[in-house]
This record gives sequence, C-alpha cells and structure tokens, in this order.
Amino acid sequence: MKELVSPKSTIDLTRVPNASDRFNINSQLEHLQAKYVGTGHADLNRFEWAVNIQRDSYASYVGHYPILAYFAIAENEAIGRERYNFMQKMLLPCGLPPEREED
Amino acid sequence: MYLYSLTLQQATGIVCAINGNFVGGKAQEIVVARGKSLDLLRPDEAGKIQTLHSVEVFGAIRCLAHFRLTGSQRLRRRRLGPGRIVIMEYHKEKNCFHKLYQETFGKSGCRRIVPGQYLAVDPKGRAVMIAACEKQKLVYVLNRDTAARLTISSPLEAHKSHTITYSITGVDCGFDNPIFAAIELDYSEADQDSTGQAASEAQKHLTFYELDLGLNHVSRKWTEPIDNGANLLVTVPGGDDGPSGVLVCAENFVIYKNQGHPDVRAVIPRRADLPAERGVLIVSSATHRQKSMFFFLLQTEYGDIFKVTLEHKRDEQDRVHVTELKIKYFDTIPVTSAMCVLKTGFLFAASEFGNHALYQFQAIGDGDDVEASSATLMETEEGFQPVFFQPRGLKNLVRIDQVASLMPIMDMKVMNLFEEETPQIFTLCGRGPRSSLRILRPGLAISEMAVSQLPGVPNAVWTVKKNVNDEFDAYIVVSFPSGTLVLSIGETVEEVSDSGFLDTTPSLAVSLLGDDSLMQVHPNGIRHIREDGRINEWKTPGKKTIVKVGSNRLQVVIALSGGELIYFEMDMTGQLMEVEKHEMPGDVACLDIAPVPEGKQRSRFLAVGSYDNTIRILSLDPDDCMQVLSVQSVSSPPESLLLLEVQASTGGEDGADHPASVFLNAGLQNGVLFRTVVDMVTGQLSDTRSRFLGLRAPKLFKAIVRGRQAMLCLSSRPWLGYIHQGHFLLTPLSYETLEFAASFSSDQCAEGVVAVAGDALRIFTIERLGETFNETIIPLRYTPRKFVLQTRKKFLVIIESDQGAFTAEERESARKECLEADGVGENGDANNVERMENGVGEDEEKEDPLSDEQYGYPKAESDKWVSCIRILDPKSGNTTCLLELQDNEAAFSICTVNFHDKEYGTLLAVGTAKGLQFLPKRSLVSGYIHIYRFIEEGKSLELLHKTQVEGVPLALCQFQGRLLAGIGAVLRLYDVGKRRLLRKCENKLFPNTINSIHTYRDRIYVGDIQESFHYCKYRRDENQLYIFADDSVPRWLTASHHVDFDTMAGSDKFGNVYFVRLPQDVSDEIEEDPTGGKIKWEQGKLNGAPNKVEEIVQFHVGDVVTCLQKASLIPGGGECIIYGTVMGSLGALLAFTSREDVDFFSHLEMHMRQEHPPLCGRDHMAYRSAYFPVKDVIDGDLCEQFPTLPPDLQRKIADELDRTPGEILKKLEDIRNKII
Repeated sequence: MKELVSPKSTIDLTRVPNASDRFNINSQLEHLQAKYVGTGHADLNRFEWAVNIQRDSYASYVGHYPILAYFAIAENEAIGRERYNFMQKMLLPCGLPPEREED
Repeated sequence: MYLYSLTLQQATGIVCAINGNFVGGKAQEIVVARGKSLDLLRPDEAGKIQTLHSVEVFGAIRCLAHFRLTGSQRLRRRRLGPGRIVIMEYHKEKNCFHKLYQETFGKSGCRRIVPGQYLAVDPKGRAVMIAACEKQKLVYVLNRDTAARLTISSPLEAHKSHTITYSITGVDCGFDNPIFAAIELDYSEADQDSTGQAASEAQKHLTFYELDLGLNHVSRKWTEPIDNGANLLVTVPGGDDGPSGVLVCAENFVIYKNQGHPDVRAVIPRRADLPAERGVLIVSSATHRQKSMFFFLLQTEYGDIFKVTLEHKRDEQDRVHVTELKIKYFDTIPVTSAMCVLKTGFLFAASEFGNHALYQFQAIGDGDDVEASSATLMETEEGFQPVFFQPRGLKNLVRIDQVASLMPIMDMKVMNLFEEETPQIFTLCGRGPRSSLRILRPGLAISEMAVSQLPGVPNAVWTVKKNVNDEFDAYIVVSFPSGTLVLSIGETVEEVSDSGFLDTTPSLAVSLLGDDSLMQVHPNGIRHIREDGRINEWKTPGKKTIVKVGSNRLQVVIALSGGELIYFEMDMTGQLMEVEKHEMPGDVACLDIAPVPEGKQRSRFLAVGSYDNTIRILSLDPDDCMQVLSVQSVSSPPESLLLLEVQASTGGEDGADHPASVFLNAGLQNGVLFRTVVDMVTGQLSDTRSRFLGLRAPKLFKAIVRGRQAMLCLSSRPWLGYIHQGHFLLTPLSYETLEFAASFSSDQCAEGVVAVAGDALRIFTIERLGETFNETIIPLRYTPRKFVLQTRKKFLVIIESDQGAFTAEERESARKECLEADGVGENGDANNVERMENGVGEDEEKEDPLSDEQYGYPKAESDKWVSCIRILDPKSGNTTCLLELQDNEAAFSICTVNFHDKEYGTLLAVGTAKGLQFLPKRSLVSGYIHIYRFIEEGKSLELLHKTQVEGVPLALCQFQGRLLAGIGAVLRLYDVGKRRLLRKCENKLFPNTINSIHTYRDRIYVGDIQESFHYCKYRRDENQLYIFADDSVPRWLTASHHVDFDTMAGSDKFGNVYFVRLPQDVSDEIEEDPTGGKIKWEQGKLNGAPNKVEEIVQFHVGDVVTCLQKASLIPGGGECIIYGTVMGSLGALLAFTSREDVDFFSHLEMHMRQEHPPLCGRDHMAYRSAYFPVKDVIDGDLCEQFPTLPPDLQRKIADELDRTPGEILKKLEDIRNKII
C-alpha cells in the first residue's frame, strides 16, 4: 500500500516557489485532488463546493448511527430507509449542476 | 470546573449483531455492537439472554463480521471503528476480547472516502473487503504463518473514483479465488450534465471484484446494471450447498444474480394498506444454512419478515441454475437493525427502537401464506404486478425473552414523585406504538417467588442444610420473640416438629455444624443436634444469657451478657468443646467469624464489635487464642459484622494470580456500611471505606450470587454487595424494607433469598445482575416529545406526536374493515384504543391478533400528523385524560404557566404546528399555542383558547407571569387575554430557530437550533428584550440545561456535551448597568452579540444527547448533570470538589491511556475530542477499566501515582458512590 501522506509533508510551503516548482506544485495538487475527494482548488465554483459539502454530510450521517437514528425519529421512518434515502441523495445532492459558461 | 464523566447505563440500542460460536463448545453466542460498546450475549437453557461480557471500546463500531480461518476450529471475530479494522477473538479463560490484529487505514473519522462503512468477509475466511461510501475499497488477505497465527496482508486497492457504494458482500464460490460483490453507482457524468439527462440515466451496477490469490491482485471481474432501487446484497451459499451468487434486495424486489446467469426476479409482497407512493425496502437479513437446505429471512422497513427460498438444479456441465425465487410471508416483528438465526432454533431480533427480543422457531414457514414467486411475476404496462398480503399473528415464531432497551430516550426528568429514599428517573422512550414512559430506579430488580403470612412478627430467619454435601437447604427456621418455627423445604414449605430444634424459645443462631449436625443457639444455651438424633445441650452458667453468636462450620463463639466471650470448637469426634474464655471490657454489640478456609482446621479471625465504638480482631489460633490482633475505632457503635472474601480484581475466573482478600464489613448504627481489608497473616486492618446505606443500621448477611460469596445489607432498603465482571458492586435492591434475611436454595430456585419483614416471610431471587437501573414501563400511544410535571397533583403531562400515521379513529375503522374482510369476529376490539393507553398486558396481546406494538401503525402520507396530550398519574400508571389533536396538528412544546392575573391559576401551554412538512423545504400551514386549564383537580384539561402564530413554537417558558415563546427565529413575550394570547414584546434577531428557553431572574437563556446559546435580558420599564451575549461556536443544540446564573450546559447533534459561562466581569457589568443603555446600544461584530460566552467544559459522548438535567441520584450525594441519549444510555457528569482528586484522576486517566489503549484501537484522547478538544472532563469509563488490567500493570500504574492498587480501587469506588 502506498503511504498515506498528508498534504503538508508533500508540499513545502515555506520555500519561495520558482517557475518549475509552480508547475510541480500544480501537478502535485492535481494528484491530491484525484486522491482525496473533496480537496478544493482555486477555480472551485459554488455548486461544486456545495455538492462536496452535502456528500460529506450525508456520508457522515450514514456513518454515525446515533445521528441516523435521530433523523429516523424525526421523519418517523425506519433507520434502514433513512440510510437508503441519504445514500440515494448522494447522486444529486444539490439538484442539477448549473450550465457551464462556454469560454 | 472539572467534571468526572461516568456512564450509568450503557447504550441499550444495538447497531449491529452477529451470531456465531465464539466461546467454543456447542453453544451459540451473539456479539452485539451498541455504538461504543461491544457485548457478548448468550441465550441460556431457559431462553433468557445473558450477558457474558461487555466492554467499552471508545470508538464507533460501525460493522461487525465473523469468520473462521480454513482449517481452524476457532471462530474469530472482527470489528472496526472509524478508520480501523480490528480482528479479535474471545478468550474464554480470561473472559475478555483479545485483539489479534489491528490495521489502520484512515485517521480522520467516519468520512466519505474512509473505508469502514461496509465490511464483507469471504465465506471461507480467506480475505476481507472494507469499503467506504464512496470510491475506496480495500481488500486484505488473511493467512496464517507457520505458528498458525493469523497474518494479514497489506491492503490491495479496488478503488473507483466518483462511485458510490451501497452494499458489499462476499460471494460464496468455494475454494476458487475469493470474489466480492458490490452495488455501485457512478455519478461523474451526472455532476457535469446540466440538462439532467445523465442523472436520470445514472444506473446502479452490480460489480464482482476478484481477488487473485496467486497474483495478489484485485480486479473488476464482471459488472452489470441492476435495479436502481438496490440497497442490500445477501450472499447465496455456493460450492456444494447451493447456486452461489447474490440476492440483490431492491425497493419492491428481490433479484437473484450471478455471473453468466439470467436474473431471477420476484416482487416483495406489500401490505394492502400501504399508500401507493411508498416502496418496500429490505432493512435487515439473516441466513439460515443447514447441510441440506438454506433459506433467507428478509425484513422490510415495516417489520414484515419474508422467507426467501431458491429452487435450483444442476445441469450436465455441473453448473447450478436457479429456476425460481420464492418470497413468502413469514411473520411480523418490530423492525430490527439486525437479525440472527441461531443454530439452536432461536431468532435474535435486535430492534432498532425499543426492546430487543429472542424468538423461538415453531415452524419454518412451510404453512399456507401469501407468496410471490419469480415464476408468477407479471409485468404490465405500468410495471410489475404487486402481490398483497395482510399481516397476521405470529405463526412461525414465539417470543420467549425480551431485553430492555431505552432507545431512544426523548426526554427525561429526575424527580422524587413517589417520596422514596432516592429519586426516580422518568424517561420518555421509544417510538410510535412502542413508545413508553419508563420509571427507572437505581437498583436491581427482584422477582418475588412467595410471600406467606406467619403467626406472629418474626425477628430472625435462617436456612440450614442437613448435610454439607446437600445441594439444597432442608429447613427454614424462623425465630419469634417467644418461640421458634421450623419449616421444611420440599415440594412445598411446611411446618415440622421432628427436626430436633427447641421451639419454645427464640433462637439467636441456627446453622450446620461439622458435616451433618445442626446447631441452635438460644438465649440460655447451645443445642447441638447430631445426625443420629442425639442432642447435646450446653447451658449458660448462672443467670447469664447469650446475647450474640458468631459461628462457622467448625467454630462457635458466643457472647454472654456482661461481655464474656466463650469460644467453642468442634473436635474430631464431632463434639462441641469449650476452648477458651475471654472477658471483654463491656457488652458485645456484634461478632462474626470468617468461614473456615479450604483445607484448614479453623478460621483465624474473630471480629468483635463493642458499644464503645470499636471493632476488635481477635485471634482464634491455639497459640495466641483470644489475643487482640488489631483494633479499629468507628464513628458509631457497630450493629452487625461480616467477614467476606472478595476478589479485588479479576484476571481469571479461578483468581489464581489474584488471591482473594478478606473484607471486614460492619454495619454501624448511624446507617453507614464500613468496609476494611483484613491482613490474612497479621490481622491488621487497612484500607477503610465507608458508605451511607440508609436510615437504619445495616444488618449484614451472607448470600451466594453466581456461586460466589456476596453480602446482603438490610438498612432502610436492602442492598446487595457482589462481584460483577471483576468489580465489587454494592447496589440497592428495589424491594421494601427487610428485617432479617438468609440465602435460600431449593430445586425451584437455586440462588434465592428468604427474608422476613413485618409478619410475612418472603422468598425472592435477584434478576439481571450487573444492571444499574430497574424499570417500570407505562406504554404510550405515539412518539413522546416532551413532558412537564403538574406540580400540585404530581401528574405528568406528556405530548406525543408522530408523522405519517393515521389518527386513532381512522385506524380503528380501518382495522374493523380489515377484520371483517378477514372474517375474524369483532373479538372485543372496539375498546382497543382504551387498551393501548392503559397498557397491553402479556395475555391481552395474545387476544389481539394485530397489536400495534408488534406490527406498527399503518403508514399514511408523510404530511399527515397525529398527536395527543396526555395527563398521566405516575403512581398508578393510569391516564386520566387524553386529548387527541385534530386537523393534522402536532404538539412540539409544552410548559406550565402562571399568568399575572391569578384568574385561572396554573395553565398549560402547548405549542403545535399544523401540516408541518420537512421536505423538500420546511413548511407549515400555521403554528398555534394552545392554552389549557386544568379541571377536575388536574386530572383533565379544558381548552381555553388557541392563538395562531407564524412558525412552529418549539420552545415555551414561563417568565415573570407571562409566557415566552420561541417561534421560529422570533422570541416573543405573551400575556393571557380572554380569547387569545396578547403579544407584549418580541425580538427577531435570532439566527435560525429557537428550540429552548430557560429563565432565571430577569435573564433569559435562549438556545438556537444551530447557533448555541444566546443570553438575553428583559427590561420591564422599556419593555424590550436584548441579546447581550452569545456563543462563538455554531452548536447544533439538542438539549440544554440551566446550571447557574452565568452558566448553561448544552449538547449538540454530533454527540458533544459542553458548558458555557459568561465571564464574571461581563456578567457584573451587565448587572450593574442601571439604565441598560449600554447593552441596548452596544453592537457586536459580524451581526453577533457584543459579548461572548466562554466554553468551560467540552466532552464528546459519542452519542446524540437528547436531555440534560442537574440532579442528585442519591440522598446526600453530589449534584451532577445527568444525560440521556438516543441510543438509550444514561450518564452523569460530576463536578470535582477538590484539586487533589482532579490531579489524581487526570493522572490515572493519562496512565490508562498509555497502558491500556482502547480495544478498537482508537486513540482515547482523539475520540473524546472528536469535534472539539476535550476540556476539563475526566473519563470515568476509562478509569473504571483499571480493575480489568493485569495485576503487574495495575501495580505499575499505582507506583507511578504513589499509591497502592487497593487505594486506586477505593478511589474509583468512592467517586462512583458519590454519583449513584
């Protein structure tokens, strides 16, 4: 298994970047974004950000059984149904994505 | 402020459960995860569930699976917390779980891409897959090294980006390469496509992952689209036993799938009364496998269990084809979070809310029932043709035991309504038709076997065996002031006169002497009854009488009036011989001899208590007979003494490496139980502990609990001191005051107690050892929300409401219709409503073919609400008034209020919402505040008026003769009018929704649902409400409690408990501002209040806390914050009173963290700081694991703390005794 390395240890932010470093950092960021779902970037738009937050929230609800039970009581549903609903909502948590600006 | 946190009642809900053979032997055990603790349960011969072991793991257990390595005889089991997989086995000898292997794969908690949500094991135990909600899947290969130890490979990745996983399972493919199946959904295109076409075309796939054991590599072997409602996979037995493959459970369908096999699909039958828009989802499953057959039990979200069977045949190429899939209605039980089919013919159902149950199979569903089959599946233009059924009474299962579960605790109050010695805890528990009010009392439940009246008022009772080898007692001897009654124990208990006991005199002691002779001590002598009927009588000299006796099997010491002690010993011939006399300085108050140690001639110690407030230990050895070995002075004259062997610690059942220590227990006249350790060699006393038990001097008696020595202490209430899982526990019994008691053993009851109280003889047994509370249950109708006390008559007013259910009348008419349709007679069901609220007894349940408790309420549309307001008399458990709200209204808040003008007296305010909907956005028709007047002495309610408001009134509170209401984001002050409430003042500056209001003097403490506390002030002269302070942390508040003028305690949705305090200088400034101009014009930054409260305490409980209250659970004990949680656990936070204790416990906690890291591998500090760093709270649950450590480790920690292990145990015991 590849070592799980935290972002801090791969990028030395104290160094003054030069041109080649910048390229290097960008590629490293890309690598991090691919590896850690939800890592943001400079061009992140509002929708993408919200989708990430929502997916993280739903995953957290599903992962913490007491919270799932708390929701189940509020909605008067079975815990299993509540879990299924949350998982289903991970597909389009914030509705349809906005149209891309063609530029 | 430093707090000591202690869990009083472990979580009672169950997250997941697995069954298997963990201990060895033929027995089947169940391992249940209760969120943060792990229990090993076993049904005993009588079908009662017993807890073998329970351990707190300080982490969230999300998934359990068990496996057996090929060729291994031992079953091992495994579990995992967030980011870790732990493989452990159960050590029978040590009675604990032993961690075999722990692998960390994520350190950042339960997150989207941290594996741990799902867990699947290869049926042959060769590999294990762990998956996250999204993307990540890891496969570990399990193997053994040359020493047959388990090894685990480094993880193999089977990740796929932008993919959501719904379920995984291991596919049974014999000894071919292990295969795991997963339900996956790729969302990458849907995220990009703004037209919505990609989203509507998104398709779930069933994917098989193959682990190539030769190449050590995981590959996607096969993937195929499946029904988009799929949510659960169930392994189908393969190899020689079955067709292999998986069952895909989807909304409304069960589909059999395998690689290279066409789908076999059948619909899940639906309840006839189910609204059309609702689907049927499988929420839990269990598989039963025998040599010749297998079947699956699948439970739907409504509680109906279906038996699924597969018809399969083998073709010429030895491939197995599934020809038909049948789904047959089996039975209906409350919805479970996990089901376990035990090989012994039991079904363990871990209910998601409410009590768990153990069922026995009466049949396996071979009878005639509604069945859906793949062969008869009809596809029409609108879809597949549904199959309908009507739930019926249990046919295949019969319930034989229940395990209490408080889950979820909705509200709680600690009050002493019954004027008992200790307060009771009133909890609102459960959901829907299974909800209840449970009255918890600290103590053990007892079950009374017999009560019989005696001819007079007895003062003592003993039981005695005829022979030392007898299993059961032969006689019960009862002493009266003027005589003695002998009862023989047989089929029945009856009086006998041929026992040889003298019946004309009261008795002081009756016991077995030697191997087979009996002794009766009466005031004028000792009567020794030999086995052959000969009687030896020893008479007291002169006019002296015997006042006290202490004896064991071979030694007797009597105390004569005046203070003379005479010591007798039994010689070789079985004669009782006088050995020594000793003159004590004054009268003897009590005395006791320790039991004869195994293989010894005599016990060495005699304990004598005198009226001069001393206890002496005297030697009984021949060389220094009657020499005083040590003296202990006590605070009050001792009333009763008992020398008891206690194993201070466990390590093994036999206790070989932990020699038991002898404790001298003394009941003092001031009601204190005094315990001290007796040195086995020198007789010196050390390590004293005392505890107040009650208003009367405790009398101490020996008892046997689970084959071990225990102690009964009878004060103003009875207590039992016994050893449970390595701890010595002293727990009250929930029983009336007793005078005298003795252990009792007969073939009906192996470990009972016989006691006298008043003129009655009582025989009882003690149940459910180890539990802290026993409960009285009063059933309710809907999910209880809140309750208040009607202070004058001490009635409880409870509001209950449920979403998506029909009102009682609608249900009743539907039920009638359905029963008529079924041809079942009326059967007295008309008064069903009545029965529901007055408690459904066991036998009544049988009459009722469709009790709501078992079947749940029929589902209505989600925007329909039912609700009621109930007045309940807690003493009798009777409901005196029940108002069902009409027109889709639901009650959410309640309070009692006394308005300024005293015209009405105490009124009841109830906040309701009409037509509330949560989805897609919270909306409602309108909110109301109802004002009721108590009539018929508080037994009933009369509506005065109702006032329409614009939001849901989630919080109500009385304030200076007016009513404060939190309506959405508005805090409003109302006064009462003739026809409605009158607005007086309001503040609209709250961020979201107000969900709690507390008041003290002119301060108002408002809790916001997302933004923690806001401190407000009301200025009467200006008639204005100001927010002068708030919290800097956005807390999602679930419960709150007012602690003192500046301090509030709260809990948030993520399982944290915290205290906030207004800094002293700010508080003073606010109070000293006479004009109030300063607060009024002061502006905060970023729309906040000008002042901020400080967080002074923070602790992660790991469970959603739903109620908080400051209370003291024992008379004279410290006040602590008691909390109840969704998972049904109760805990306490006690404030330390001395700096020394804080230092001691924080050091102990630190050492425990280092030396005894939690079982599931989660760092303890990280767990308690999961959301915010833990602050000033010491985790008592971790400290209390100290006695379970091996002795050398205990000594090591004790040395570091400059104490002995005994002192640490004493400290732990002391602080626990301050709480409960």
